[in-house]
Amino acid sequence: MKFTTLLASAAMVLGLGGAALADGHEKTKVGFVYVGPIGDGGWTYEHDKGRLAVEAEFGDKVETVYVENVAEGPDSERVMTQMALDGADLIFTTSFGYMDPTNNVAAKFPDVKFEHATGYKRLHPNVSTYSARFYEGRAIQGHIAGKMTKSNIIGYIGSFPIPEVIRGINSAYIHAAKVNPDVEFKIIWVYTWFDPAKEADAAKVLIEQGADVVLQHTDSTAPQAAAQEAGGVVTFGQASDMGQYAPFPRVSSIIDDWAPYYIARTRAVMDGTWEQKDTWDGIGAGMVGIGEITDAVPADVKEEALALKAALADGSYHAFTGPLNKQDGSPFLAEGETADDGTLAGMNFYVEGIEGEIPQ
Amino acid sequence: MSRNLFDKQSGAGANPLGMAVLSPALWLALLFVQLEKRPQPSKAMAYATPVLAVVLTMIFGGVLFAVLGKDPLQAITTIFWEPIFGEFAFFYRPQLLIKGAPLVLIAIGLALGFKAGIWNIGAEGQYIVGAICGAGAGLAFYPAESVLIFPLMVLAGALGGWAWAMIPGLLKVKFGTNEILVSLMLVYVAEQLLASMSLGLLKNPEGFGFPGSRNLQQYPSAHNAEIITGTGMHWGVVAALIAVIFAYVLLTRHSLGFAIRVTGEAPRAAKFGGVNPGRLVLFCLGISGLLAGLAGMFEVSGPSGQISIDFNVGYGFTAIIVAFLGRLNPLGIVAAGLLMALTYIGGDIAQSQLGLPAAAIQVFQGMLLFFLLALDVLTNYRVRFGKGETA
Repeated sequence: MKFTTLLASAAMVLGLGGAALADGHEKTKVGFVYVGPIGDGGWTYEHDKGRLAVEAEFGDKVETVYVENVAEGPDSERVMTQMALDGADLIFTTSFGYMDPTNNVAAKFPDVKFEHATGYKRLHPNVSTYSARFYEGRAIQGHIAGKMTKSNIIGYIGSFPIPEVIRGINSAYIHAAKVNPDVEFKIIWVYTWFDPAKEADAAKVLIEQGADVVLQHTDSTAPQAAAQEAGGVVTFGQASDMGQYAPFPRVSSIIDDWAPYYIARTRAVMDGTWEQKDTWDGIGAGMVGIGEITDAVPADVKEEALALKAALADGSYHAFTGPLNKQDGSPFLAEGETADDGTLAGMNFYVEGIEGEIPQ
Repeated sequence: MSRNLFDKQSGAGANPLGMAVLSPALWLALLFVQLEKRPQPSKAMAYATPVLAVVLTMIFGGVLFAVLGKDPLQAITTIFWEPIFGEFAFFYRPQLLIKGAPLVLIAIGLALGFKAGIWNIGAEGQYIVGAICGAGAGLAFYPAESVLIFPLMVLAGALGGWAWAMIPGLLKVKFGTNEILVSLMLVYVAEQLLASMSLGLLKNPEGFGFPGSRNLQQYPSAHNAEIITGTGMHWGVVAALIAVIFAYVLLTRHSLGFAIRVTGEAPRAAKFGGVNPGRLVLFCLGISGLLAGLAGMFEVSGPSGQISIDFNVGYGFTAIIVAFLGRLNPLGIVAAGLLMALTYIGGDIAQSQLGLPAAAIQVFQGMLLFFLLALDVLTNYRVRFGKGETA
């Protein structure tokens, strides 16, 4: 009882702070909770670039704070509570595993706005969710990979077998197989978002098994380094441009660009126009960027890839367009039909042609 | 503005060149330092070294923070003072219990084994299996409500941890395998099992295909809720306190405790004294596994709430540090567990308030163990200055 009273009074103090804020007396405080180190060169690095963009945009009117390497679970709940107590007006929680903690803390601080990346639970009016349609970028990667592989074996480093990752595998496979029907995917699950040693091992195993293209859904540059060492293996930057490995082995990349979203949401809090919503933006809205396609890619392939990017961006083409079957041969999408967001959000099956099983 | 000012001041304070000039003199001084073995390990030093280690960690940690351009005093007070006496202490104090309880619970079990020279390094795995068994037992009854469900989960969690620890135990007793390696390797097996459970058997059927079990916090019969709201006092804290008392009595009053101590200090003497080494191995591994399993079960049903791929955060490994920091003494372990919890909680506060990188906090925690182990030498040796006789 006492605790909730105390929290409520703390929240009230914050509420008063919020009132002062509307008068322009106080800085808007924005907190960021990161799952990895800001120097991971991938996922967390890009979120932190978004944070810096918020600082650059609003200057003195905003104060940002962050905690990196926060374990998913009770630790993240404590860090979020701490930020709220310290007067944060808006908190971005940037990993799927922060979903329940975010909603728990949001219940205790109704005046603080919470933004949870890649989740689906919005149990309270002060919780929004946001994610990017990374699978659109995967379609372009798949196209280039299918064209460039000579061994017809494409390696894929999977992090966790969750819908977001499976969606990426399917999208890459569909577009690789479209331009190269002989292509085969070898998938290794490493059960981590960031572990350079494990990622490097996985890349080496895939290369030994004959893969001459390695795609990754993990955040470090270790697979790029492994490919460079092996020579003749194509890679793509993941989450961040990883441009230090261009022009080869890294021939392109998927870049998460959170800055516009973070700036827009911070502005909404300042204006008092913030509302709960679920955002899922792709190439068109600029949340997913495609890093420069280097000259290691033949000019005609590059042109096709850019055309695909343009079609995905203006909505004239959907990355999941029928006819498509599921792995077991049952129909998934009819001719010309496109997948709806609900199916994509919960995707837990491979499309026809991918070997192996999703770990259970 | 003020932050920039600190940058300049501390940058000048920690002049690396000055240190370099000093170091030859330091080396010369070290030549004249002699270590002399004490006839008896010093009791006073055994108690003094943990305190000394904390003080040294504060000093060298302060230097580290200064080099990073942060005000060292402010950083140290943020880590050690803010959680206990700061503005929001009402929130952080209960968090100390929540973070400290699993550490103490696991460390108590480990300490019993360590005292006897039995090295269970795989508490993390036993913690995971305990959590899986405990959560599984509860979820099997979902959504039925009964007062019997929670006790059953406690039992399942304890049994799960115990059984996982019995694997290295039986292998050691029957085949003479090394329990350090086997128990450690089983951590990685347990992690795979955890991933499999989050993606398969225990996956929330209403979770839209996402991994992770149902949240036990939303299942009243299975929820390890706070006993008194706002205190952080959940059943895991109670269990940790019981374990401390149990271990204390065992070590000081019971013949089994005597057997443990003798085996650790003089294995041959223990054998002659009639201690059955095989049974002792099974007991020590079993009890540490059981307590680790309980810690996992209380965590999954309380603060964490669900089985997920990333459920384990390293309590089983940190507990090894806690056990040694607490001198393998039950009361010392309570203090050490709370101290470790404090550095975690204070460390996170320092990250967000002062912008200290997470790596600096980890180095800071590492220093603590380093100084403790390094200072251990003072318990068994006496330091003499000046050139002694050559031995």
